[in-house]
This record gives sequence, C-alpha cells and structure tokens, in this order.
Amino acid sequence: MSSTSSEQHSTEKTEAYYVPSQSIWPIVGAVGLFFMAFGAARWIGGGGDQYSWVLFLGSVIIIFMLFGWFGNVITESMSGMYSAQMDRSFRQGMSWFIFSEIMFFLAFFGALFYARTIAVPWLGGAGNNAMTHEVLWPQFQAHWPLISTPGGTTTTAMPWQGLPLANTVILLISSVTLHFAHINLERGLRTQVKLGLGLTVLLGCIFLFLQVEEYIHAYQEMGLTLSSGLYGNTFFLLTGFHGLHVTLGTIILFVLFCRVLKGHFTPAQHFGFQAGSWYWHFVDVVWLCLFVFVYIL
Amino acid sequence: MSTGSASNPLASGVDDHHNHKPNGFFARWVFTTNHKDIGSLYLLFSFAMFLTGGAMAMVIRAELFQPGLQLVEPNFFNQMTTVHGLIMVFGAVMPAFVGLANWMIPVMIGAPDMALPRMNNWSFWILPFAFSLMLMTLFMEGGGPNFGWTFYAPLSTKYSPDSTALFVFAVHLMGISSIMGAINVIVTIVNLRAPGMTMMKLPLFVWTWLITAFLLIAVMPVLAGAVTMVLTDKYFGTSFFDAAGGGDPVMFQHIFWFFGHPEVYIMILPSFGIISAIVPTFSRKPLFGYASMVYATASIAGLSFLVWAHHMFTTGMPVAAELFFMYCTMLISIPTGVKVFNWVATMWRGSLTFEVPMLFAIAFIVLFTIGGFSGLMLAITPVDFQYHDTYFVVAHFHYVLVSGAIFSIMAASYYWLPKWTGYMYDDYLAKWHFWCSLISVNVLFFPMHFLGLAGMPRRIPDYALQFANVNAVVSLGGFAFGLSQLIFLVVVIKCMRGKGERAAAKPWEGAEGLEWEMPSPAPYHTHTTPPEIK
Repeated sequence: MSSTSSEQHSTEKTEAYYVPSQSIWPIVGAVGLFFMAFGAARWIGGGGDQYSWVLFLGSVIIIFMLFGWFGNVITESMSGMYSAQMDRSFRQGMSWFIFSEIMFFLAFFGALFYARTIAVPWLGGAGNNAMTHEVLWPQFQAHWPLISTPGGTTTTAMPWQGLPLANTVILLISSVTLHFAHINLERGLRTQVKLGLGLTVLLGCIFLFLQVEEYIHAYQEMGLTLSSGLYGNTFFLLTGFHGLHVTLGTIILFVLFCRVLKGHFTPAQHFGFQAGSWYWHFVDVVWLCLFVFVYIL
Repeated sequence: MSTGSASNPLASGVDDHHNHKPNGFFARWVFTTNHKDIGSLYLLFSFAMFLTGGAMAMVIRAELFQPGLQLVEPNFFNQMTTVHGLIMVFGAVMPAFVGLANWMIPVMIGAPDMALPRMNNWSFWILPFAFSLMLMTLFMEGGGPNFGWTFYAPLSTKYSPDSTALFVFAVHLMGISSIMGAINVIVTIVNLRAPGMTMMKLPLFVWTWLITAFLLIAVMPVLAGAVTMVLTDKYFGTSFFDAAGGGDPVMFQHIFWFFGHPEVYIMILPSFGIISAIVPTFSRKPLFGYASMVYATASIAGLSFLVWAHHMFTTGMPVAAELFFMYCTMLISIPTGVKVFNWVATMWRGSLTFEVPMLFAIAFIVLFTIGGFSGLMLAITPVDFQYHDTYFVVAHFHYVLVSGAIFSIMAASYYWLPKWTGYMYDDYLAKWHFWCSLISVNVLFFPMHFLGLAGMPRRIPDYALQFANVNAVVSLGGFAFGLSQLIFLVVVIKCMRGKGERAAAKPWEGAEGLEWEMPSPAPYHTHTTPPEIK
C-alpha cells in the first residue's frame, strides 16, 4: 500500500492533523435547525400558535447541540490534541464566518443606500421619472428620513443624540475593555482578564437594555414602528439584526468569562477567547456604520 | 499517528487503519466525519434531486407538448417551473460540486480530510431537511412557491401562497449549508496542502473550487438578506419592495441578482476545473496555459460582482447603468475565451482517445461555447430588450447549465467512478448514455432559441398556435433526455454494486495527480501523513 510506505519515510516534521471520529452533534444540529425552521415558518405563515412550540423545541435541540459540540472541542483542545495547523484552521474558519456576516449586513445596508439615493428620489420624480411621480403619487416629495411615505404613513425620525450616542460610547468602551482583557491574557494576568471581560459583558448588557428602551420609546411615543415605511424598515432590521448579534456576542463573552474562571486559557493558547473577541469587535464596527448611516446621516 | 495521542483515551476514536470503516449504518453515514463518505452522500443526494427536478421538467414539457391547457392547472405549472429551478440550482448542481470537492480536494492536495470534518457533516445533513421543507410546500393548501426560482417581488410578497415562509426558511438552511461547506473548502485548500504543494501546483479543479468557495461566502449571505426582506414584506408589514412605503420592487432584483450572478459562476467554475483535468488526461499532454487558466478564473469571479444588472435591462435603469453593465458583461467573454482556447490548444496535436469522460468534456466545450455566445447576444442591451423573458433566455441558460454544468458533472463522475468504487463503469451503457444525452439535449434546447426569437414567453403554460410544432419537437427531446439519465442511474448502480471490471490504481493512461497514486477504490483514510510533492 502506498499509504503505509509514505508513513515510513515521513520524518514527522508536521504533527498529524486531528481528524475526529464519528460525532452525533452534526445530525442533532441538522434536526434542531429543521424544527426551528419548520416551527417558525408555520407559526409566521398562519399555521397557528402551537407551532411556536416546535420552534422552541428546535431551539432547545440547538442549545443542547452547542453544549455538546463545544464541550467536545474544548475537551479535545485541553488534552492537547490540536496542532498549530488545527489552530490555523480555526482562525481561518472564524475569519471567513465573520466575512459572511459582513456580507449579510451589506444586503441591508445596500437596501438602505439604494432606497435613499435611488428609490425615494425616483418616486419624487428625479431623473427621467417625472411620469412615475405624476401618475403614482403626485403629492409625494422626496425626503430622508422618510417620515411620510408615498402611501401616506407618517412617523418620526430617531435622533442620534441621547440613547444612540450613549450606546455608541458604551460599545466603544466595551471594545477597549475587551482589548484590555486580551492583552492581559497574553501577559498571564488573570485578575485583569476577569475584570476586563466582566466589564465587557456588563457593557454589552447595558447596551441591550438601552436598545430595548429605545425601541419602547420608538413604538410608544414616536410612532416609529417596523411597518412605518422604508425608514422604519431599514431602522429596525439593521438595528435589530445588530442587536441580535450583540446578544449572541454577549453570550459568547459570558461563556468565555466562565471559561476564564475555570482557567481554560493560557497566554500561548486561547483561540476561543480570540474568536469571541474578533466577533465582538466586528459587531462594534457594524454599530459604528449603523450610527453614521442610520442615525446621523 | 504519534504515540502520544494513542495513549490518550480520547484519541482512541482516531482511526489508525486506513481501511477501518465504522460499523453500522448510522455510525458510518449519519455520524460520519470522513470526507469520502460525505462526498458520496452529497453526490447521491444531488442525483436524487436531479431526478426529482427532472420529473418536474417532464411535467412542464408534457404540458407544453401541445398548445392550450392540457394536463395541469396553471398555478401548478408555475409551481413546477419554480421548484424545478430551485431544486436544480440548489439541490442538484451545487451539492454535486460540493460532493466532488469533498471527495477530490483532500485527495488531490495531500490532506488527511477536510479541515473541519464535523462541520462538513453538518453542511451535508442540513440539505435533506432543507429540501423536505421546500418539497412539503407542494402538498400544502395554497400550494408551493409559484413565483419563479428568482422569486421577484411582489410575486413572492403580495401575491405569494401561505407557504412562502417555508420557502424562505428552506433557503436560509441551504445558505447555512453552502456557507459552511465553502468555509471548509477554503480552509482545507489554504491550510491543509501537503508540504511542497504550492499554490501554482494545485490541480485546476482545486483552484476553481477555491475561487467558487469565495464567491459562495460572499453572496449566499446576500441571498439570506433578500429572502429575509421578502419574509418581512409578506408577514411583518415592511415595504422594502413596495413603492407605497418608499421601497421599490426593482430593488429586490438588484439584491437578488447581486447574489444571482456570482451564483451563476458558482455553478460553472468547478466545471472549468473538471474539464481542465479531463482534457489533458485524454490528450496525453499537460494543460495548455495553466497560469492563464488560474488568472482567467479569478477574473471571471471578480467581474461577476459587476454585471448583475444585465438581468434587469428592461426595468428602466438609467442609460449609463445599462451601458456599464453591458460592457462589463461583454468583458467576461475574454477570460472565458481564454479558457476555451486553452482547452482546444491542449487537444491540439495531442494523442487523443475518446473515452466517455472525454466525450462529455468535448461536448461540454462545444455546447458551453454555444451557451456563451447566446449569453453574449443577451448582454447587448438593445438586443436584450427583444430577448428578455423569452425562450431564448431559457435556451441560453440551459445550454450553460445542462450541457455545461451537468455534462461536466457527468464527465467527472465517469472520470472518477473507478477511483470511488474500484470498478470500471459499463462502457457500452456509458456510450449509450452519452450519445442519447448529446442528441436529445440539442433537440430539447436548440429549437428553444428560435421559439424565443419568434417571441414565445417563458414560464407560461400555454402558447400561440404557430409555436406548436417546434414545442412538440422540444418536448420529445425533453422526454428523451430525461429517459437517457436513467441509463446513467443503471451505470452508477452497477459500479457501486461491484459489477464490472476491477479498476486499476490509474485506469487512465495519461492521468496525472495524487488521486491516481493510491489504489482504487481509494482507501477510507488517505494521506494521514502528508505525501511528498516533487
């Protein structure tokens, strides 16, 4: 067999790449996603409220899968089965995952830019669209934020001062505290790591709390809802998906915090921490883009 | 394996013997982390979907055999065109390529497996569930998706059936699967090459897949965004694609085709890699212009992000935009021309033989070029005004997808079946499969060009009487093509069941590459320690 002869003459410059044996977690994850998708789709699609339980069941299965799968990976990592090459696979995988997330947000930012610079002005008669304007909604004046739609829905725009500005500052500080934790992890100063990471989780929670306050304010006092025309659509979907990512990021950082307490990370080897930190910085950058393009401009 | 890890209880799961397969159906196929098993699962799944989507095409062609409403309700006809497209794109062509990538990339680059084997298994097993969600809509009250595979708003929002939420989440699952699969491919190629396997030594199939995987990660999330906006427009009162709320139905087309055009190249770039493997083998010459092939593939991928609005010339875009997208689109013919030239130059003065993989490869080159030329015609804005939404478009993309992508998958299957199964395919049946497919595919799709030029619209269950004769011919070609694929089914089953000649390690005299330096069938685990690359 050619494969055995190749083993004999290899002088083991490279460590063997760890290929895990069978695992139940992928199929558990696939079943969980199926129930989540089926439950959500039937619930939203008018199948009845009982389908929310299917969605719930799917979510429970996914959480079970995450515990099991990450548990396996952590055990394998802690027992030294991962080579430097494996570490690079994780790093590259995480980077490409974040790239895919950027492209997801780009779809919604794209919708925002297209609507602001093309769709809304055209409805107001810009370019060669005088007849569009004349025939469809002659009373409509193009403006942004779109506080009164061609169809007649009116709303108010969210100012950037106040809560959004406070949230921007909070997220920026959280990036600094997380970086502080990271530097000290590399220096092996565990107390500072706990402090930095704990503060970051706390700031993440405060951000989410203020975001909820902002939504309540928008819905109850400003008449700004998900269905109040394109301004409300882009506002709530962009900030909403960002908020979901902050939620996920906060959970990730909280798990990392627990793992720091258990002493899982060493100055030399802490990819899990790094991945969580990349994710958090990514979420931060998305917020900055949001703050500029959704709130200020 | 290092002895250090063998003493570790956790490491006992690592297979030390190259041919040790896990016992039991579930352990082997459902819990697997083996790239070859997962590759086989992908390939078998895609073949099942190919036959399912093909059956829907038969319904379409049966309805169109004669003018007038014959067999099915118009709404059901619309569901057939929609689901046929969705299944063929997301269920047949893409998983087939991922299956080939899974099987061949680790073997070709000297890697022990895919970089993230458990995630690899997850990527596959999401797919059967996603397509169950998609197909169950057909049996629901109100029916399944009937808005075309491109699900243009407002057909998919204001006027769509209740099952649209299931369609949306099915697409989400397919996207998750594709993105994870693509991440795995990129990381494997970048990080797991054997020492000495430099980037410019990679087989072109690996190169084309590297670039395809990048395209997948870049555009599948945009598709997820598009379906999410359709979901909120339909169920949560947003108006992204509704002018009354300040949105624009044309915006849907922009977002969709920003995904959709790179998607088109996702379905053809791996084909280019396959043809670049097969043509040199049976010409007994190295590939002509290897580096230019790599650069051409990268150029096509780069340009694919700048051409999306050529699908939308009739939406009333500003003239400057129409010109920009027209010229960018025509630019793509340059790198594509480089490729076709290189394949022909590889064959030039080669010592050619015409085994079945080579027959399919040559058919690919000729028929894909026809599809490319009709694409060039469609790229010319004023001309497209006439062709848009006619059977000319249907003819164009079936030439590049059926006699292009599908033919290349057939070629790849015949080329590597001996390596996968250890048995040669039945040459007699395979030749029947090829010639029946070749003739019927042209009877099926070539006359569609004339139907389109004469003005027959696509996606309509009825047509004007003057189109009757040509449609009857087209339908006969369609039935013949569908039946021909059953020959392929028999060939594959025979190979899998070990009926036929034993295959040598290198059944093709002129073949080169690491996959031919191991026995046939390939051992369960290969390259557990990296091979040496000269």
